[in-house]
Amino acid sequence: MAFSTTLTVNGVRRTIQLDDPRVTLLDLLRERLELTGTKKGCDRGQCGACTVIVDGRRVNSCLALAISHDGADVLTIEGVAQSNRLHPVQEAFIAHDGLQCGFCTPGQIMSAIGLIQEGEAGDDPERVREGMSGNLCRCGAYQGITEAVLEAQKTLGAVSRRKVA
Amino acid sequence: MKTFDYVRPATVREAVAAASEPGAAYLAAGTNLLDLMKGGVSRPSRLVDINHLPDLDHIEDLAGGGVRIGALVRNAELARDRGFARRFPAVAEALLSGASAQLRNAATVGGNLLQRTRCAYFYDVASACNKRDPGSGCDARGGDNRLHAALGWSKSCIATHPSDFCVPLVALDAVVEIEGKAGRREMPLEKFHRLPGDAPERETMLEPGEMIVAVRLPAEAAGFAAHARYLKVRERTSYAFAVVSAAAALRVEGDRIADARLALGGVAAKPWRAREAEVILTGTRVDGALFHRAAEAALADAKPSGDNGFKIELARRIAARALSLAAAGTPERVPALPASPFAPVSGDVIHA
Repeated sequence: MAFSTTLTVNGVRRTIQLDDPRVTLLDLLRERLELTGTKKGCDRGQCGACTVIVDGRRVNSCLALAISHDGADVLTIEGVAQSNRLHPVQEAFIAHDGLQCGFCTPGQIMSAIGLIQEGEAGDDPERVREGMSGNLCRCGAYQGITEAVLEAQKTLGAVSRRKVA
Repeated sequence: MKTFDYVRPATVREAVAAASEPGAAYLAAGTNLLDLMKGGVSRPSRLVDINHLPDLDHIEDLAGGGVRIGALVRNAELARDRGFARRFPAVAEALLSGASAQLRNAATVGGNLLQRTRCAYFYDVASACNKRDPGSGCDARGGDNRLHAALGWSKSCIATHPSDFCVPLVALDAVVEIEGKAGRREMPLEKFHRLPGDAPERETMLEPGEMIVAVRLPAEAAGFAAHARYLKVRERTSYAFAVVSAAAALRVEGDRIADARLALGGVAAKPWRAREAEVILTGTRVDGALFHRAAEAALADAKPSGDNGFKIELARRIAARALSLAAAGTPERVPALPASPFAPVSGDVIHA
C-alpha cells in the first residue's frame, strides 16, 4: 500500500510517496530527501541529535512518524542559514567552541533556536541548561553550548528590537 | 519494527470503530509508542492516527471554575498556558520536570496517562515479563530492581507508572473523559490505572477501542493554587524519570490547613493518592512535625519489592519536603529546575 505525504521542508513544499508507513520523519529527511544534516544518534528519543522544528516546535524527528505529519512545516539545519550568512546561533556556536566532534551540533542548534523562540530561558544559564537537557553532547562541550545560546539569544533579541523600532 | 496498517479517521466515532479491532492501537505523538514498537515491545497490527481529529487540542475554562484539557493538548502547551499554570501550578511544575523540551512539545495529555512503565525487563524482549507476555514470569523480581514499586505491587509485577503529570492530577481529583462504542463515560483518574494483581497486562480501565478524549480538573483544584508543589528525585539533574516524586497541595486559612492533598509518583503501578495523610493534615496547624507524621501514614503499607527499601524512606522524606514547600507557598514562577529537591526554598540559583 502506498502513502502520500506533503511536507514543507525549509520553505519548499514536497510531496513524497511512501511505500511503508513505518518511515520516521528522521529517516524521511535523511534517506528520501537527502538532508543528512539532521543526525541519527540513538534513534530512541534520548539524545536529541535528530532535533528539528515542526510547526514552530522543536521535536525529536526519530519519534515522529512521517505519515502522521502530513501538512507539517519542517525546519532543519540546512534551512537556517541565509545564503552565505550563518544563523546567529550557528555563529555563536563557532565563537564559543560549542562543539568538538560536531555530531550533536545540528540537533543542539535546532534545539537552541527552539529554546530562544520559546522565550522562557531569559539570560539565566540555569534555565538554558535545563532547556537544553534533551540534547546530549558526548564530547562535553556544554559550557560552550550554554555560552553560545546566551549570546545568540542576546543577538537575536537586539535584531528583533531593531525590527520593531 | 513490525509493519502495520495505517488508518486516519476523520471523527472520534470512526477512530473508536477502527481501534476496536484486535491488534489496533491509537497513535497520538507516538513518543512512547514508536519507541516501544522499535524495540518490538509493542507490535500493533494497525495504528489509528488521532492527530488530525478536530477539537481535541483545546484547553477550555469551564463555567464554575474547572478546566477541560483535550487529549491532544501537548505537554508544553499546557504547562505554558499562563491561565492554567497560575491556577494549577503543581501540574505545570510536574509537566516541566518531565522528559525533555523536545518530548514535551510533542507528547500529549492522553498519551501521558497511557504511557507504559520504564521497567527494563518490560523493555527487554528477551526477559520474562508478565505485563508484556502474560504468564511468562517476572525477571525484575530477582533482577536489578532498586527503582521498582514499594506500594500496591504483586508477585506477578513490580513495575511503576512513570508519569509526573498524573501525580498532581490524581491529587487534585482529575476526571478522565472516555469515548467508546457505547458512547461517552468518565471516571476519576484515581480509578483509571489498575494495580497489577495477577493481571499486570491490564493497566487501565479502558475497554478495547475506548479512547481518552479529555481530562478535567474541578474548580476546587484551583483553591490550592497558593500552596501547591511537585517534587521529584531523579538520578541526574534533568531529563530523567522519577525515582520518587510527590505532589502536595494545601488550602491554608490563617495558620491552619483547611484542606490537604498528597500523591506520590514512582512508587506503584499507578499515581498513588495518600488519603490517610490528607486526613492527618486537614484541620490542623501548619507544622513540620505534622508533615513527617503525614508522610509516615502515606507509606504505612509500603514494602520493598526487591533492593528498593531505600525508596520507602526516600518517599517519606520527599512527601514531607513537598508539604513543607507547599506550605511555604507556590513560587511566582516555576523554578529554573522544576521540581528539583536541590532547589532552595528561597528560589536562589542552584549552580551559581
